[in-house]
Amino acid sequence: MKVMFFAQLREKLGSTDTEVDVVLPCSVAQLRLVLSEMFPQYKTDFIQGKALVAVNQTLSDEMQMIQQGDEVAVFPPVTGG
Amino acid sequence: MEASTSGQIDAEQTFDKEVATNIRVQTEDFDVGQQHRWLSNNSPSTGAVVCFTGLVREFSEREGVLGLVLEHYPGMTQRALQSIVEEARQRWPLQRVSVIHRIGQLLTQDNIVLVGVSSAHRDSAFDAAKFIMDALKTRAPFWKKELTKEGSFWVDARASDQLAAAQWQD
Repeated sequence: MKVMFFAQLREKLGSTDTEVDVVLPCSVAQLRLVLSEMFPQYKTDFIQGKALVAVNQTLSDEMQMIQQGDEVAVFPPVTGG
Repeated sequence: MEASTSGQIDAEQTFDKEVATNIRVQTEDFDVGQQHRWLSNNSPSTGAVVCFTGLVREFSEREGVLGLVLEHYPGMTQRALQSIVEEARQRWPLQRVSVIHRIGQLLTQDNIVLVGVSSAHRDSAFDAAKFIMDALKTRAPFWKKELTKEGSFWVDARASDQLAAAQWQD
């Protein structure tokens, strides 16, 4: 599954997106764990409160299930306006 | 009594919400006067226009901010703003709504964001404009990077913005 990154996360990870090896469907909470294991040096950046997860361009809670074909993005809390 | 109220109800029901909503994410500047005129020139029932503009300020978490770079999540941005405006329309009887957010590089004193609403009465207009702005600050996928003489720094999300947005929750 492809996961997109924005802002600080994109810069820290040095990439706009990455391929995540995870069995679908999986919850947003599970995705956070998988990403922490993939990028152990940045694992605190993926915890709830430090990163938001959008599934199909909608902010999602921890229980939200990610299905095959969903568009998934992980990014820091937003700072527009 | 029925006859006197039906005209008013009809006017609200026939109001085209699609045409009445202007949402833009753009690099170029916007004309506040033009937006205000669009919000005002609505219908004889328009009694209030509130138009907020956010600018790039010289101080934030650091002093000496020269400018900003605004990043966003194309696709989601439009959807998030649309959903915020839709929510505002459910809460208040609004007429025209305009939300414009700039992206890319901006300098001090440049416009960043405009939120404008028109309504029959001022309370709805004031409240809806603040609601849209508070929601945008916590839900629309934009990120600011401040440019200073010492380098560039991502802006951290503020707890005060979360509190401002939380006050609208039922």
